[in-house]
Amino acid sequence: MSALIAIDSLIADRRLWRGKTNVAAAAGITASAEPTGFAALDAALPTQGWPESALIELLHAFDGLGELRVLLPTLARHTQAGRRIALIAPPYLPNPRAWLNAGVDLQLLEVIAAERQTALWAAEQCLRSACLAAVLCWPENADDKALRRLQVAAETGHTLAFALRDQKAACNPSPAPLRVQVEKAQLRVLKCRGANAPAQAIAFPHVWH
Amino acid sequence: MLWACILLPELALDAVLRRHATPDKPLALLYGNAPRQTLYALNQAAACVGLQRGQALSTAQLHCPELIVVDYDPQLSLRVKHFLAAWAYRFSSQVSVALAGAIVLEVEHSFSALGDWAVMQAQLRTGLVQLGFQHRIALAPSATAAWVLAGHEDGSAPQCAHSVRQALARVPIMQARLPKATASALAQIGLNTLGKVLALPRAALGKRYGVAVLAHLDRLLGQTPEGLALYQPQDIFDVSIDLQCEVYNAHALLFPLRRLTADLAAYLSGRNGGVQRFVLHLTHLDRADTQISIGLLTAMRDPTLLFELSKVRLEQLTLPAPVLALRLTAKDLPAFVPAAQSLFDDRAQHALNWQQLRERLRARLGDASVYGLSATQDHRPEHGWKRIDAKSSASANSSANTSQAAAFSTANRPTWLLARPIPLRDHALRLLAGPERIESDWWDGSDVQRDYYVIETHLGQRAWAFCSPGSVGPFMLHGWFA
Repeated sequence: MSALIAIDSLIADRRLWRGKTNVAAAAGITASAEPTGFAALDAALPTQGWPESALIELLHAFDGLGELRVLLPTLARHTQAGRRIALIAPPYLPNPRAWLNAGVDLQLLEVIAAERQTALWAAEQCLRSACLAAVLCWPENADDKALRRLQVAAETGHTLAFALRDQKAACNPSPAPLRVQVEKAQLRVLKCRGANAPAQAIAFPHVWH
Repeated sequence: MLWACILLPELALDAVLRRHATPDKPLALLYGNAPRQTLYALNQAAACVGLQRGQALSTAQLHCPELIVVDYDPQLSLRVKHFLAAWAYRFSSQVSVALAGAIVLEVEHSFSALGDWAVMQAQLRTGLVQLGFQHRIALAPSATAAWVLAGHEDGSAPQCAHSVRQALARVPIMQARLPKATASALAQIGLNTLGKVLALPRAALGKRYGVAVLAHLDRLLGQTPEGLALYQPQDIFDVSIDLQCEVYNAHALLFPLRRLTADLAAYLSGRNGGVQRFVLHLTHLDRADTQISIGLLTAMRDPTLLFELSKVRLEQLTLPAPVLALRLTAKDLPAFVPAAQSLFDDRAQHALNWQQLRERLRARLGDASVYGLSATQDHRPEHGWKRIDAKSSASANSSANTSQAAAFSTANRPTWLLARPIPLRDHALRLLAGPERIESDWWDGSDVQRDYYVIETHLGQRAWAFCSPGSVGPFMLHGWFA
């Protein structure tokens, strides 16, 4: 019983953190300036939004489950504020009408065509340059090391990095501070830095207009 | 007027050394015809092993077998001198190469813009060291006086008539840039400094040694106009480097390439311009030059960026034959408009602007790899989008503006389109919306008649698929509501 350590100091040092998300603010995590645009998702995340300057993984088993719909409000917000976004080697053609309908300013949307080997390089350059607000990439078979490079690049460039990957990668460890799995009409947070991942999935229904 | 003189005592040697990959190995310039060549100039390493100027080549090679020899090329020295004049043009609009072995520039008019002589001299010296030239610098009210003083005392800067006279008085007569015969005649009668000559009665001096001496003294003291031919910058950049041996590997070209791009950047900032397109020529022995054309979307002049962009393109190349010389030409030299940045820019050091990043991506991935998108009014989804290749920034204001969004129907459209439709095979389809008839272009032969449906597959995917009118299925998948 040599020294007693106050639990507050442990929490302040982030050596100890509480499991419940709603006390994240007490644990020194400030609210993010990057709201996702979905109230339910914001509420489930300890940062009340996307973690800033970080790599965010979106995992989905099939195309067309809503993996872009999660991102469109964020992309629209950034382009409307005059900030540039980039898609690096997208798997399909972005349909301009749908993106316009979602509020994305196409003048600030850049598409970068790259081979599989060079796509990671391009993503890292884009993230590092600090002249883009968000970068979307589709790393195939990227290992832990490649993802860590992206994470470091996102931190140095203060850029949001979204990596859209196959759900099979969910069981592999990842350095991304936030991993979200897109499922049929729901989102599941697999990992979020600063708190335990919420056990419940978040409803994410398709809204037709 | 105040003239600065940059004296280049080892111009011929520096011109060779700065392009040499190993400047610290013994190297000498040769002068004369083949059997009786003598050493014209030596670098530091060669002087250290005991070689001397004027030595015969055969003697020198006995002393130092590993001596690298290069033929002295007066043309090269002249070209380099013009290059330096182009570089000096950024400091002053009055630059002259008329005086032997030196560049003179009028600097007093530039003081208000560039700072006083101490600042400017430091800038000149740093620039010359970076470019790889040994130099001596002096300042005086007349160009000739600066020229003489630079030879005598590096860094002297007398600025009024009285102090110039004092400084000149100390100069030995042999360094006074008088005709050689006159100078030695004066020295022989004991007039061993310029001061003693200046003290002589003018009429008698003229009578004895000719008016040329008087004219020279007048120019020294600034009493007669000098009439120097001023340098006019050229409108194209064309510099080549002869390699010492045949180069088989693109990596070995990087060192000369760095020099070339740095020279280009120095030239560009001298004329306050940028470069939009330049060509690298690789000269081969018995075949046409390999040309690498490098086009940029915006005018640039940053030396590291120019080097990096050319390096990436050079590295992608497999050399078809050994390279003998490297040449860089630039004809398209538009005005350079620096990117606007905020005064208190809080972005990190490594940050690039979008133009620089785009050039870097294009250099590695190909010229057409970065593009934008815009929507068109065509109803057929495969023609509903248009690729906007990045143009030069002036014309980048493309048709895609946000107000267009209002012009399109807000009907559901998928965020992803497939490049070409593929059959959609699913045993438990659920039709969510449709049909939406898209019928268009019967007039231009590419007639399209399709019924589009929004479909949910049994996996939960939202698909956009069509079938021919009148029937429900089989479906062709055309997009995903991702």
